Amino acid sequence: MSTLGSYLHRRPRLRLAALLSAPLLWLVVAYLGALAVLLVSAFWTVNGFTGETVREFSLANFRTILAEEVYRAVTLRSIGVAAAVTGICVVLAVPMAFFMAKVASARSRHWLVIAILTPLWASYLVKAYAWRILLANGGPVDTLLGGPGSGPGYGLFATILVLSYLWLPYMILPVYAGLERLPDSLLEASADLGARAGRTFRTIVLPILIPSVFAGSIFTFSLSLGDYITVQIVGGKTQLLGNVVYANIGAANNLPFAAAIATIPVLVMVIYLVAVRRSGALEQL
Amino acid sequence: MTLSPTARWALRITMGLGLVFIYVPLLLVLVNSFNGDRTFAWPPHDLTTRWWAAAWQNDGARQALLTSVKAGLGATAIALVLGTMVAFACQRFTFFGRDTVSLLIVLPIALPGIVTGIALDSAWRSVMGDLGIGKGMFSVIVGHATFCVVTVYNNVLARLRRTGTNLEDASADLGASPWQTFRYITFPMIRTALLAGGLLAFALSFDEIIVTTFTAGPGVTTLPIWIFNNLFRPNQAPIVNVVAAVLIILSVIPVWLAQRLAGPEAGASRT
Repeated sequence: MSTLGSYLHRRPRLRLAALLSAPLLWLVVAYLGALAVLLVSAFWTVNGFTGETVREFSLANFRTILAEEVYRAVTLRSIGVAAAVTGICVVLAVPMAFFMAKVASARSRHWLVIAILTPLWASYLVKAYAWRILLANGGPVDTLLGGPGSGPGYGLFATILVLSYLWLPYMILPVYAGLERLPDSLLEASADLGARAGRTFRTIVLPILIPSVFAGSIFTFSLSLGDYITVQIVGGKTQLLGNVVYANIGAANNLPFAAAIATIPVLVMVIYLVAVRRSGALEQL
Repeated sequence: MTLSPTARWALRITMGLGLVFIYVPLLLVLVNSFNGDRTFAWPPHDLTTRWWAAAWQNDGARQALLTSVKAGLGATAIALVLGTMVAFACQRFTFFGRDTVSLLIVLPIALPGIVTGIALDSAWRSVMGDLGIGKGMFSVIVGHATFCVVTVYNNVLARLRRTGTNLEDASADLGASPWQTFRYITFPMIRTALLAGGLLAFALSFDEIIVTTFTAGPGVTTLPIWIFNNLFRPNQAPIVNVVAAVLIILSVIPVWLAQRLAGPEAGASRT
């Protein structure tokens, strides 16, 4: 053991290779490998009579996706939902994170971080289920708003509401982390030099805020784009990309077509990641 | 920035309302698990603990709990080993492609879960199936471990950044073998970070449903899958309520322990 240890100690390159080999093998084979298979199988088709997968290159799936109105509608709806969820999370998270980082005392700050973190670990499914109860016909929200049917019920609005609820902490935490790095003295200096609150916000706070918001938005956007469970629980008849993928894997048993649909969120996320990279968001993840 | 008292109060109220928004649904599930009505009625007419007893007797839920624990332990073990190795590589060495490696670790949670899920599903059907390895507990553990690596990686990386290499250098200077240095210096230094990362990895695996749906073989039912399968069955509602309430109570444990072990930054590593 110790001879091997000393041998490795003298050779840092070898040590690095030993450290990286297993994790890289895992991530490249199990993860990138799987993504590659996904991409390849998107170009396969399923024989309509036998139900067998035909492993030959074909653009049929992508032609179907582009030609049929319904897939365009689902794609746009999914992107719209992801954008709306991200917007709601930003509006709620920025004042909350600002309060936590700049107004609350050091002691209560610690507790607020815990209060935001704890529900992050409560089961995703349980949280969506809680909203199913809240929004049920004649449930608490209906009762609060004046009897059965007064609330929003299940549907597109409920989907956006619940997804915003689920991903809100993912936005608060990076924004809070960003604001916490901003020294208070900088804000005071700005005020001393005669800047009003609005000006200080624009010139001092905003440059810190933007990369953090983008970092948070990667999660809120990506998680909303691929969700199909929440949609099934509170979405009523709403269809998003995730549901289409799931339906094609389950009932339709058309894995190649599901794979082709799944390339849409990947493509959207890659474009999104490239777009926000310039803001420095990726260093804040 | 000098905030006017009005602005301070506005922020305070927003914070309060935000916390209400976050916690009211969870409290509702807790209250509802004691709801005496079989069919859901609001507000509850009477309170009872009989559903808690019934849930404890429920074989399906207990089996699912056991399956979840097994999958979580398997995924956590793999994530601990792989995450620690990458963290050491990325913190103690500079090498070409280091940024790519750290991006690769984040990718399984940055891409939508359904993409990871269907990618593993198609890999299993097209490649592993041909090799004679069917879907089962193993495929679930592989799927979970892939996205759990990041929590261990983040925790160990943060710890390594904070501690530096002075003690290890001193240990080597005093003639300790690399193995002794690891055993007496490095490992104790990162122990709590490993524990925190492992706990969070376990919690992440325990909660995961999308990737699990796509990688679970027949007969492998984790707790989230069991809940989902029973969510739309009215006569199972009381038991689902109790299981949901238990999960909310249990979720406090990893956060609190991780906080105590690794400091405030630990829990945030889920993102």
